[in-house]
Amino acid sequence: MALRELSYAEAVREALAQAMEADERVFLMGEDIGVYGGAFQVTGDLVHRFGEDRVMDTPIAELGAAGVAVGAALAGCRPVFEFQFSDFATLAMEQIVNQAAKIRFMLGGKVSVPLVMRFPAGSGTGAAAQHSQSLDAWFAHVPGLKVVQPSTPHDAKGLLLSAIDDPDPVMVFEHKLLYKMKGDVPEDAYRVPIGKAAVRREGRHVTLVATAIMVHRALEAAEALAQEGIEAEVIDLRTLRPLDTQTIIDSVKKTSRLACVYEGVKTLGIGAEISAMIAESEAFDYLDAPILRLGGAEAPIPYNPVLEKAAVPQTDGIVSAVRNLVTGRV
Amino acid sequence: MNKAVRESAPASNLRDFYRHFDATALREALRRMYLIRRFEEGAEDAYTRGLIHGTMHLSIGQEASAVGACMDLRKSDYITSTHRGHGHCIAKGADPKLMFAEFFGKEEGYCRGRGGSMHIADVASGNLGANGIVGGGLPIAVGAALAIRKQKRDDVALCFFGDGASNEGAFHEALNMAAIWKLPVLFICENNKYGMSVSTERSMAVEHVADRASAYKMPGEIVDGNRIEDVSEAVMRATARARAGEGPSLIETKTYRIRGHSKSDRNRYRTKEEIEEWMARDPIGHFETNLEAFGILSQDEVTAIRLSAEAEIAAAIEFAKGGTDPSPSELTRDVYTAGG
Repeated sequence: MALRELSYAEAVREALAQAMEADERVFLMGEDIGVYGGAFQVTGDLVHRFGEDRVMDTPIAELGAAGVAVGAALAGCRPVFEFQFSDFATLAMEQIVNQAAKIRFMLGGKVSVPLVMRFPAGSGTGAAAQHSQSLDAWFAHVPGLKVVQPSTPHDAKGLLLSAIDDPDPVMVFEHKLLYKMKGDVPEDAYRVPIGKAAVRREGRHVTLVATAIMVHRALEAAEALAQEGIEAEVIDLRTLRPLDTQTIIDSVKKTSRLACVYEGVKTLGIGAEISAMIAESEAFDYLDAPILRLGGAEAPIPYNPVLEKAAVPQTDGIVSAVRNLVTGRV
Repeated sequence: MNKAVRESAPASNLRDFYRHFDATALREALRRMYLIRRFEEGAEDAYTRGLIHGTMHLSIGQEASAVGACMDLRKSDYITSTHRGHGHCIAKGADPKLMFAEFFGKEEGYCRGRGGSMHIADVASGNLGANGIVGGGLPIAVGAALAIRKQKRDDVALCFFGDGASNEGAFHEALNMAAIWKLPVLFICENNKYGMSVSTERSMAVEHVADRASAYKMPGEIVDGNRIEDVSEAVMRATARARAGEGPSLIETKTYRIRGHSKSDRNRYRTKEEIEEWMARDPIGHFETNLEAFGILSQDEVTAIRLSAEAEIAAAIEFAKGGTDPSPSELTRDVYTAGG
């Protein structure tokens, strides 16, 4: 299969285009996704290729528009809904949490809600507290939803195509700082399975479980630590629900140390879940050090760029914290 | 139901409703109103006897609104319903046996006992479900109408909601989108005067929910919700508009729930006189009187319909009592689609 280099945003767009070409039930909804091309230019020129009926601009009405997507999915369509910023999904929680996630269960399994929602998330753009959050763990707390968080252009395309195939509601979290990242992306409409983590780097001293942009910071940290003789294994979680527990357990049994690196607020975040899962698992007996969580600060994302960087894990901080963990200084 | 013009109708002085529906359809409408009334009474009785748990929202007094709105719908048309939704289900053709089984939490129920009173649905017959969230069904109905458009069907989505829901943001967002996209949606507001305990006078700046239609450039019609003829004729006009691609309509059926909001209601916010005044405007009694006066049904036929509805509900309750409780080992089944 042919490989080209595409940006993360281009990879998402290609997945959307291929899904719409393959299945006439698939259509896109969102704010300014038509001629504007989306706030992050993800949908780009798709409205010109597929028309306004399949690339639908909605009014600024997140709750109502999300509910329209739920209703369309129930009635046989395959909507892919874009929140302009993941923060705006707070306006639509009713339809996502009470309706989309629960309809199948409440109706005794007699229907499915094949709905995909895309959430541009994360800090680092100077957009301050209401446009920079990482709320992925909120959604992962809800049975009935699936939550994926691709960290590479390759996975952005493959996971989105899997999400569109999926009969249940899938929430796709895309970190805004990754949209311009380039990577190899096959031309064909391949799938990356939901619920499967990826080992991005092998190592024997410590396991770093990371999500979204933190995968890249964890890999940078692992590179720096390797210069000091510390070999970190880096796992890209890729899916928050359902969680690929086995890949993490196997890795911790090998390395005997675990650090979770994520941008969402540290307390009660995905790192808390992974830590508890390991503490409950057979890997617990293998641990040679306390489990470490590196997450977002207990504060909203600030505007000032120095503060903004300080609010979420950065590579240097990961290096020093993991060094301390491995050398027994925690 | 059949649309055939009644051949035997005394032509000139009968209103459209009695000319549009034949005797079979009218008889079935009366039967469904009785089924709803007896269903609610049976549910209340079963609750009092401790046979079912949870709570319930009864629609006694609102039968004409539910049946009148659904009389002319096709199986392929959708409805979305509310927490006070038993009547809507029966009006759309649901089987009371399977509804009671659901109410009793049994595997045989519409939702295999997982949904209960507030989530009864039958997607196969176009019922996209009741809803426990006030206003929750409004955007969903608009989405179903969008699917109808995309699938090039001439069906409609009929959305039941209450006066309380019209104060939710979801109402305004849903009506706006239905209007700008000219979708085939019928917004049926059953205004029973109270959102739980708060009256419409205390919760709305305008007098009528229908007044809000003008903000979304759609027709807003007020009808007597206790007169099946008024409800049905207004819905038929709106359905014709929707099927012809002329967009959504809002119909406000003025009605009243004779029982309280739910089992916790102590009726502290309304008077006995008000309740009695509305009981005197019983929608079933009104319809019966007309059916007999116009020579469509004899008194004996009316009695037979009532007795058959009572027997059907009694049998439904017995069926539900004999149902199977779900196994705790299947607790997480159907959270996701098989293989998911």
